[in-house]
Amino acid sequence: MYAFEYHRPTSVKEAASLAGGAEDAKFLAGGHTLLPTMKLRLAGPANLIDLGQIAELRGIERSGSAVTIGAMMKHAEVATSAEVKEAIPALAEMAELIGDPHVRNRGTIGGSIANNDPSADYPAACLALNATIVTNQRKVAADDFFQGIFTTALEEGEIITRVSFPIPSQAAYAKFRNPASRYALVGVFVAKHADGVRVAVTGAGSNGVFRVPEMEKALSGSFTPDALNGIAVPQDRMNSDIHADAAYRAHLVGVMARRAVQAAAARG
Amino acid sequence: MTATGIGAPVRRKEDQRFVTGQGRYVDDFNRPGQAYAYFLRSPHAHAIIRSIDTGPAMIMPGVIAVFTGDDLAADKIGGLICGWMIHSKDGSPMKAGPHPALAQGKVRYVGDHVAVVIAETLAQAKDAAEAIVVDYDVLPAVVDPAQATKASAQVHDVSPDNTVFNWHLGNKDEAEAAFARAKHITTIDLVNNRLVPNPIEPRAAVGEYDPGTDNYTLYTTSQNPHVARLVLSAFIGVAPEHKLRVIAPDVGGGFGSKIFIYAEETVCVWAAKKVKRPVKWTSDRTEAFLSDAHGRDHVTHAEMATDENGRIIGLRVHTVANLGAYLSTFSSSVPTYLYAPLLSGQYDIPAIYCEVDAVYTNTAPVDAYRGAGRPEATYVLERLVEKTARELGQDPAEFRRKNYITQFPHATPVIMTYDTGDYAASLDKALELADYKNFQQRKQESARRGKLRGIGFSSYIEACGIAPSQAVGSLGAGVGLWESAEVRVNPTGSVEVLTGSHSHGQGHETTFAQLVSDRLGIPIDQVSIVHGDTDKVQFGMGTYGSRSGAVGMSAIAKALDKVIAKGKKVAAHVLEASEGDIEFKDGRFGVAGTDRSMAFGEIALQAYIAHKFSGQDLEPGLKEGAFYDPTNFTFPAGVHICEVEIDPDTGVTKIERWTAVDDFGVIINPMIVEGQVHGGIAQGVGQALLEGAVYDQSGQLITASFNDYCMPRAIDLPSFQVGMTVTPCPSNPLGIKGCGEAGAIAAPPAVINAITDALGHEDIAMPATPQAVWRAAQKARMPMAAE
Repeated sequence: MYAFEYHRPTSVKEAASLAGGAEDAKFLAGGHTLLPTMKLRLAGPANLIDLGQIAELRGIERSGSAVTIGAMMKHAEVATSAEVKEAIPALAEMAELIGDPHVRNRGTIGGSIANNDPSADYPAACLALNATIVTNQRKVAADDFFQGIFTTALEEGEIITRVSFPIPSQAAYAKFRNPASRYALVGVFVAKHADGVRVAVTGAGSNGVFRVPEMEKALSGSFTPDALNGIAVPQDRMNSDIHADAAYRAHLVGVMARRAVQAAAARG
Repeated sequence: MTATGIGAPVRRKEDQRFVTGQGRYVDDFNRPGQAYAYFLRSPHAHAIIRSIDTGPAMIMPGVIAVFTGDDLAADKIGGLICGWMIHSKDGSPMKAGPHPALAQGKVRYVGDHVAVVIAETLAQAKDAAEAIVVDYDVLPAVVDPAQATKASAQVHDVSPDNTVFNWHLGNKDEAEAAFARAKHITTIDLVNNRLVPNPIEPRAAVGEYDPGTDNYTLYTTSQNPHVARLVLSAFIGVAPEHKLRVIAPDVGGGFGSKIFIYAEETVCVWAAKKVKRPVKWTSDRTEAFLSDAHGRDHVTHAEMATDENGRIIGLRVHTVANLGAYLSTFSSSVPTYLYAPLLSGQYDIPAIYCEVDAVYTNTAPVDAYRGAGRPEATYVLERLVEKTARELGQDPAEFRRKNYITQFPHATPVIMTYDTGDYAASLDKALELADYKNFQQRKQESARRGKLRGIGFSSYIEACGIAPSQAVGSLGAGVGLWESAEVRVNPTGSVEVLTGSHSHGQGHETTFAQLVSDRLGIPIDQVSIVHGDTDKVQFGMGTYGSRSGAVGMSAIAKALDKVIAKGKKVAAHVLEASEGDIEFKDGRFGVAGTDRSMAFGEIALQAYIAHKFSGQDLEPGLKEGAFYDPTNFTFPAGVHICEVEIDPDTGVTKIERWTAVDDFGVIINPMIVEGQVHGGIAQGVGQALLEGAVYDQSGQLITASFNDYCMPRAIDLPSFQVGMTVTPCPSNPLGIKGCGEAGAIAAPPAVINAITDALGHEDIAMPATPQAVWRAAQKARMPMAAE
């Protein structure tokens, strides 16, 4: 790890101002990507702005038709939140599937979304649940937020403050883990909303999280696994590595989509 | 059996300190004035070093020194050695290329040691290492062992075609004759996947030099500190043997990877004198992946001949063994004498011929890893036996039974003489525990749920208790493989046992104490086991090859016999009886036929105060030592049965049942033995399903972290059904055979035999990852689709 200046602001305003005034600054949320990268000397920000002491980035609220989660809420807090479990059980289950207990007790929803790792789970949940990402400057629809691997709509110095998830009538997440890292080799989040079904896939795409319009259309007609018969995602859009090549990933998208629909339907 | 004697499931004495964070590992030792070493490693698999400019690093903050291979050469520090000479078929010695601790002119794998920075802090050392300017002339690399002899890359000048040796064992003519008269021949092509050992504690070293006494001390993560001292002094020449103290304190696992003498500890001892400061190096996990000696990495073609009665009459094996870029300490013995002599397995096979071509590649050195050669042999034989049974339409259990050796001793065609065993007894017990008779029912039930269920056997044997020194000497070993022990009885009757074995997870502090408690009749808490320090223990060959029970404890037993004999002499004086009338029983020395007796501790005190006998006639004190050299290998054997269920939609293999019935001879502590079996199976399952070191064509290690290298987790394993059969080993005083490697040896073929049974075809390699199994399941479905 290279030397760096460490900052610990107590408000979003202070954090933003620090970022504006500092050279080569990085925000530290859970640190589960940034810190290992720094330890391996693959990243060396001059300034590290720790968001951990900012109270306004915490909390989970349910208000009518949505659940809103503070950006610094840890995966374990989302997984065990009574509000989340009641309103969107699929989201709590997804959080429970991230990493291991250590990761879940440090990693945060805001950090995961801002990083947009192509194998992370939260981007799929955001897309399928039609979430709104709230920052210190604006509100961005999930559809506009994720822009390719490790790329988002966030501007330099912009801070995610919370994420608002509309409550679907039915939803589920089916994850096929990378056997080694426990990241999603393929993760499919399906959610049935009043205006239709959304299907989002993480882990598989060569350009990060994506939706599958053919599946959404079919499931909007009939929310059953069999509705997906004959629908395949193209292999040329799939990621390929030693754990899973494009053909296997494309196949798994179909399998996981069916399992997600089955699980959502079983929940009733 | 007493509560703490042989056979008792005594809880591990050492665990209190381990689970409460009180263990002391090498990295816990911080010496006054300590500096830190960081190794600059090669980013290239194969390159000429045109120049190294250490100047910019030397002026970085905190830098004490920067050394390269030239500095070691200037001090006449020798290269690392391989301690087992193998001769090729034509009689020529193996081609051992130079193995300098810091590269001299060339790097040969990614992670090879280019230079070392010694600095006040580790961060400063790392900063300075980045400032070293190395001018590389990158060469083509060879990675695939099967292509090594044809590659354009030449790893060592001494071997133009990258061959280390072409070795063979067995009788070629007899094997050919057997194949000529065979009714059926089964062939198989296998890859034994390359593994990274990954003990939980990475390697570490602290070197220290005392200019006042000219003494060196090395704290190191070693399974055999005396061997490390011998090699560092006699061969590498870092320090004279009597001036070098090697301490291997608590060590957090080794699995073989900490047997070897590496560049890092060599440099730490040497540099400590150069910079007049203690020098510490602790491997990080990435360095461990890159530079710990890896395991396995064989490519094998094998054939089995059977006659018209379904009896195995011949076996031919050809293996290419990847030894990596350099010959590690015992690497040459692994694919030769630890491999081919096990190819007869539990079977009466009259003719066996095995050829092994060992090759250099631009990858990390490959050496012994839990099982070391024996898992590779067992994988070849047990996959081939299973496939032969299938091709002959025979039940795999009964095919094995028909071919089992039943008469002992049994001399195999591959130099081993098995002393004892009852293979059918283990098979019967395993079949019962596995509920084999109802397997078809379970398979149908799985099929109803769309799942593929399979069952696989592994009827393994291993040669442990290594080893008779004369025998291994005749085969090329550079050392003897006896063990030593010293039993020091204190005047208060408590006992210290100094052993040349080394515990790095095995529980010796408990099991060795159980032996003492059993023999001397004293409470287990009156016994201390001392190991891992060359200043305390006179000599020892260390712990590997499941040898510490069979060899290390036999040395202790021998020393205990001497203590009891001496105690009888003392007791004769004190109890005023003739020595021949003294009996030692239940911890008391007594006069036969009388009620006169004294406790062991009382006689110990008498031995030290020497009031009741003439110190001229009988030496005072009670301390005895012994060296025990085995007369034969030991032959643990057993039957493991694995039952899997495959989800053909995803390729996920779930192990539903695991049955292990092992014959380890006499067992000291059944709880610890069962733990060894569990851990071994977990590692074997890791190899079969999850683990595999992958280099790309340029020689970069793709699986250089736990993100890509998959270790087994508890969730990957079922609860194991463990059973035992016992045929005591006749060749050592305790009847012990050894248990440390059995699971890792037995497991891989059991898993793959189960998967291939489920799939209905043989085309799957290790690791059988979900992707590989899914693809294989697709292939299995195709003929059905055509129907």
